[in-house]
Amino acid sequence: MKNTPKDYVLAGATGLAVLLIVGLLGVLLWEIVAGGAGVISGTFLTQSPSADMTSGGIFPAIYGTVVVTMLMTIAGVPVGIATAIWLSEYAPRHSRLTTIVRIAVNNLAGVPSIVFGLFGLGFFVLFVGGSIDDVVYGPGTPVWGKPSVLWASLTLAVLTLPVVIVTTEEALRTVPQDLRDASLALGATRFQTVFKVVVPNALGGILTGVILAVSRGAGEVAPILFCGAANFLPYLPTDLRDMFMHLGYHIFALATQSPNVDAARPMLFGTVLVLLVLTFSLNLVAVVVRSRARARLRA
Amino acid sequence: MSSVRVSLRSARLARVGMDDDAADPELGAQPVKRPPLGQGFKTPLSHRIAEKLIALMALSAVAAVALIFIFVAKEALPLAWEQLDGMRLLDLFLPRTWTGYHEAVYIWQPVGTPEKFNVVPLFLGSLKVTLLAMIFSVPLGVGCAIYLALYAPRRMREIVKPVIELLAAVPSVVLGFFALMVLATWLQDAFGWHFRLNAAVAAVGLSLTIVPVIFTISEDALAAVPHSLSVAAMALGARKYQVALRIIVPTAAPGIAAGVILGFGRAIGETMIVLMASGNAAIMKPFDFTTSVRTVTASIAAELGEVAQGDPHWRVLFLLGAMLFAITFALNFVGSVAIRRLEKRLTAT
Repeated sequence: MKNTPKDYVLAGATGLAVLLIVGLLGVLLWEIVAGGAGVISGTFLTQSPSADMTSGGIFPAIYGTVVVTMLMTIAGVPVGIATAIWLSEYAPRHSRLTTIVRIAVNNLAGVPSIVFGLFGLGFFVLFVGGSIDDVVYGPGTPVWGKPSVLWASLTLAVLTLPVVIVTTEEALRTVPQDLRDASLALGATRFQTVFKVVVPNALGGILTGVILAVSRGAGEVAPILFCGAANFLPYLPTDLRDMFMHLGYHIFALATQSPNVDAARPMLFGTVLVLLVLTFSLNLVAVVVRSRARARLRA
Repeated sequence: MSSVRVSLRSARLARVGMDDDAADPELGAQPVKRPPLGQGFKTPLSHRIAEKLIALMALSAVAAVALIFIFVAKEALPLAWEQLDGMRLLDLFLPRTWTGYHEAVYIWQPVGTPEKFNVVPLFLGSLKVTLLAMIFSVPLGVGCAIYLALYAPRRMREIVKPVIELLAAVPSVVLGFFALMVLATWLQDAFGWHFRLNAAVAAVGLSLTIVPVIFTISEDALAAVPHSLSVAAMALGARKYQVALRIIVPTAAPGIAAGVILGFGRAIGETMIVLMASGNAAIMKPFDFTTSVRTVTASIAAELGEVAQGDPHWRVLFLLGAMLFAITFALNFVGSVAIRRLEKRLTAT
């Protein structure tokens, strides 16, 4: 059927929306690459900031981001995967408990990141850390009850939990029911079926979820504002109780709290570029892993 | 009878084979016991323990939500009974004529004497930025979804969809940086605004985070509308735009609504972008989008680091967090109800 003028109007208007968004993303990337590419160098990636953070490098921030993200992954991913396995393989279809867990996961995904910051401070730092101090060291000596790498990582782990759960569950659901039935029919227990048949077949999808969660966690700043991120530290964190520098927090500090914004500008663009390359490459890996996993399932 | 025996035996043999698998230390350690024929086997204890553990861990999300609410509210709750010098609880929400003022005002001034904690200007600020961002991003997000679902060639869809989703992967601090360093200057040059950082700049920055949310959910909803519906409409002589606007969009409406609601929730809770790009002055001008605003989230982020623990100011900031939590909780609930309604509608057809 021939298109009418109204068709062209609708297609044109909606197409314009696509152009605008893709264009904005293009501008964003272009500005950051153009402003930051010249700054990236061996020194920038391996040195500490100097001269009020207007020169030197951002190594402590990169290091801190990697450490926090790794701890977050270790703490959060197993719990997330277990939750997804329970939801997909064990949960009774229409029980109240299943509904409650699902509602909780959905809501956890919608909690504002700054509320996670308050939670990390109120629960991990003051309550958990403070209680450890009270019991072990006696009141009044903050050893664990202060912002640190550990508490920031755990806060981020809670934040990324829903990402892991949702993507893992999706991956588990794409495994054909036939495989489960076949495994059970051969006399495997449910546990064996889950861990020797279902999970290996969903591994690509699960990995995708983990990578996406890591990428999300690496870029979040609001949750760690009060839980351990520091503006500047002369040393690298070596202990779980140390504070740390962080790429995202570094960007925030350079952009809003720098005494000399113009002098810090190249450093700022460079830091943004590093963070963006980090998160985008993680996402790219996730996309590749996912498409491979899908191709494998189809075959 | 004999056939049952045979199947039992083969099932057992298969199980034995699995237990012998040395690749799994936990299972391999189990001694292989052969139950007498005709007697069903029990799930090994280790499996049952592991399954209990999994079920226990599945409660983590529930525990997290509960703990978040409890521990954020716990810090705010003493406001209800603690003695606050010169401040009444109602002052948090109602206007008051402070000494030196001629009329009752809503004012957020935590460093003034006396400290004035009226949360209304902050919520107004949040609402202002969020609604403006919604005005930009609903047409953009839904528009993109309609174009990709209905008009775009397959090739193009496969490229553009991941690109828009890539936008969702940009950390919010980077978007805040972009709004602060780049957009603010451009917009000021273009419109000649008095304040470089204002509600409009923050709203544009915010749009960049919520367009992908609205787009992804709407696109899923539009793509889920059964093809038979559009084919039937076409067969009855409907034009393509009629199919789009009268069949596909209305059918997917609950999904689109869910996207909008969840986008709203994301926007009102977003911190870094508004903290960096909104100017952060708590000004009570509901309809002026070119003055700077201070949002709930930005206030928490900017002020909590400098407050003593247990101070009334500290408690008010946690109260703001608890209220924010309650608002997004409600929005999420409404959003998931909308999605469930869509699912019901689609399975009914």
